[in-house]
Amino acid sequence: MSDADARTEPTSSEANSPSGKAPVYGILAEYETPAGLLRAARAVRGAGLKRWDTYTPYPVHGIDLAMGIRPTRLPFIVLGAGALGCLTAVWLQWYTNAHDFPWIVSGKPFWSIPATIPITFELTVLFAAGAALFSMLILNGLPRFSHPLDFNRRFARSTSDRFFLAVQASDPKFDTDALRELLNETEPLSLQDISEDRVSSAALPPLLVYGLVVAAVAALVPLALAAKARASTSRETRLHIIPDMDFQPKMKADRENVFFDDDRVTRLPPPGTVAMGDLHADDEFYRGRHGDAYVTAFPKRLRIDDDLLHRGQQRFGIYCAPCHGLAGDGDGMVAKRAEALAEGTWVPPANLHQDYIRAEPVGKLFDTITHGIRNMPAYGHQIPERDRWAIVAYVRALQLSRAVPIQELTDDQRKALE
Amino acid sequence: MTTLTDVNAFQGAPQGDNVFARITDNVSRIAEVPRPPRGWYIAFAISSSMLLMFLANVGYLVFTGVGVWGNMLPVAWGFGIINFVFWVGIGHAGTLISAILYLLRQTWRTSINRFAEAMTIFAVICAGLFPALHIGRPWLPYWMFPIPNQMEMWPQFRSPLEWDVFAVGTYATVSLMFWYMGMIPDLATFRDRARTRARRTVYGLLAVGWRGSSRQWHRYEKAYLLLAALATPLVLSVHSVVSFDFAAAQLPGWHTTIFPPYFVAGAVFGGFAMVQTLAVPARQFFGLKRLITIDHLELMNKILLTTGMMVGYSYGIEFFTSWYSGNEYEGFAFVNRALGPYAWGYWTMITCNVVSPQLFWFKKLRRNLWVTFAVGVLVNVGMWFERFVIIVSSLSRDFLPSSWGYFRPTAVDLMTLAGSFGLFFTLFLLFCRYLPMVAMAEVKVAVAAREAH
Repeated sequence: MSDADARTEPTSSEANSPSGKAPVYGILAEYETPAGLLRAARAVRGAGLKRWDTYTPYPVHGIDLAMGIRPTRLPFIVLGAGALGCLTAVWLQWYTNAHDFPWIVSGKPFWSIPATIPITFELTVLFAAGAALFSMLILNGLPRFSHPLDFNRRFARSTSDRFFLAVQASDPKFDTDALRELLNETEPLSLQDISEDRVSSAALPPLLVYGLVVAAVAALVPLALAAKARASTSRETRLHIIPDMDFQPKMKADRENVFFDDDRVTRLPPPGTVAMGDLHADDEFYRGRHGDAYVTAFPKRLRIDDDLLHRGQQRFGIYCAPCHGLAGDGDGMVAKRAEALAEGTWVPPANLHQDYIRAEPVGKLFDTITHGIRNMPAYGHQIPERDRWAIVAYVRALQLSRAVPIQELTDDQRKALE
Repeated sequence: MTTLTDVNAFQGAPQGDNVFARITDNVSRIAEVPRPPRGWYIAFAISSSMLLMFLANVGYLVFTGVGVWGNMLPVAWGFGIINFVFWVGIGHAGTLISAILYLLRQTWRTSINRFAEAMTIFAVICAGLFPALHIGRPWLPYWMFPIPNQMEMWPQFRSPLEWDVFAVGTYATVSLMFWYMGMIPDLATFRDRARTRARRTVYGLLAVGWRGSSRQWHRYEKAYLLLAALATPLVLSVHSVVSFDFAAAQLPGWHTTIFPPYFVAGAVFGGFAMVQTLAVPARQFFGLKRLITIDHLELMNKILLTTGMMVGYSYGIEFFTSWYSGNEYEGFAFVNRALGPYAWGYWTMITCNVVSPQLFWFKKLRRNLWVTFAVGVLVNVGMWFERFVIIVSSLSRDFLPSSWGYFRPTAVDLMTLAGSFGLFFTLFLLFCRYLPMVAMAEVKVAVAAREAH
């Protein structure tokens, strides 16, 4: 028998204890084959002993029956944990997405069973699997880092190729002589007394204890800082652990910049200069004025033709019709809605066919579009000059359509009216 | 290449006076000899250098932004998501071999399940990194967890992307528990054979005091069976949920109901290919030929052939459905896949995934190590291209022709992909060196059952 693989601790028969001989833990029998162990297990069980166990390198077939091991309750724990996982997942999804923070996503219902199935399944499995591992460990009394059997040299082979049976001295029917006789009949390879473990201590190593205390205290520091920050005010800017894109190496308009004499970021054009194409010297076209007076005729650079009128009709439809109506009667959708609400602060849009508007010079109409009037906003920044003139031309056409002397109509048109 | 003398330290007959002792010795000495074979050092040098390259590229990405990748509009899901799906797929074979084959009482699995499970864990680690990196601000993925926060907002649980977080997270956790639980008895063996204090302490802590008592084994077996039963539907669910990321979108080429089974079949296929790629050299270098026999490799080659044809069928049915639906956008998406600007990727995929496993119709080739290894590598390449084809060809040609574009990966993309293999192989080599590579206790059960009959 080679003991080369066994560990080198003192065996139980040698002086194991600091003070005298240790009390007996029990008796250990070693077998070469699983068949021998099974025979021994049946014999020990037949003798009515309760506190005993067998130790094998792999789960031996039939040993449960020979030893009379009752079925474990582990499957029920796993079942319970799985049910708990299922309920947790359903509750979590209902509470977060349907109750506490109802979240509108593509018009889906806040709560629907099918969308919760994947996560419910995953958490059920996760809880059940965790229960399978941890209840196996806990029911088996693990972790347990020291055991009286560990002090026996031969026992080290129990995880490799030998089969052991140990009966504890604490069994009420434990009787060394009778038991030795019984086990000897099962032809063990060896039969040994095992002493109680007096060397190992259940206490944790002091270094580990101090380390855990320090770690626990250190773990509280961030929490304490967070609690302090919540309960107090500070003039300091908040901690910025990860700056994301909050600080960008660029200048924003109207900030300070020490590189320039005027300390401004924004560079102004040199006095007396104009950017290319920005001169806008043609007052008639760009402002609708001639000196201080509004122009009464369209600017010369504009050609009033079909294209311009169609452009004007289209722009009028986009910008003006919502309030003024498609025909300029002041009855657009917005105006109708405001009237229906009757809120009192509404200034109705002008009917463009009123006499005083018909009498206004084109320059005044242009100016009104550019700068707005009453609660009509300014459109100068969104409609380019040419389009503003196109709208003015279209408005003129609309006005004309309501006040044509009958003699100016063609014969066909007059006939249609009659 | 490793010389024969290096290998011989592991190739000698296992020590011990009975079959159980020899199994223990054959597996344990891999982790106990003072020096691993020279091949291990060479492989470790290469893989850890690649890991370093991975870390450098990830650091560059994090400090600069996702602009260093080739992602663009319309191909906003570039290598990040391709690599994620690829690695998650690899991670499927481990738990499949462990769980499904365990439930089906396929005892041949015992020789390969441990390192297939390890492969799963490491592949899922690689997979998990990519979505976090791809979001651009990798310090914010905790937004996907239901943690009460100062914004008073909760995650959106009706999104497949959120399902993904739970599916992959659960899968990683359960696979780790399954792997660790299976290893406890073998770690106890290592503890009991340990000759140095350091080994005794570390393996002792990991084995949590397992002593192989029959009362412990009784609960252990029940718990292991339940874990296997729980992991089986989990394996199928994970890649199904990953496929929802695509199937729930309306993009032509993604919006199909075949995606969940098609993805699961592809994942098993790719995972088994990776097991072959790792098993062939591992058994050669570490003297495990008695445990991982040529019969085992042949059985896995049969699975590769079967799943390869399932994947080929899916490719075919996708084309049929797009034609049969009468939807011109679907039709275009698939014609574009086979004949468009990414046709080279499509035909690489077909060659590797559909054509190359056909070699396994021949018994002689199924039992040839070089062919097995080569097909394993080719299938891995093919499965990566499958994800490339699905993601890039569909995104680059969406509904609006004015936004069409051509995706080009950057050097950082390529180095990150190569580097992720460095991470994977580094972890795998460390596992080979320090943990029980074959499930000793389970092999002993199989041997005992064989001797009893």
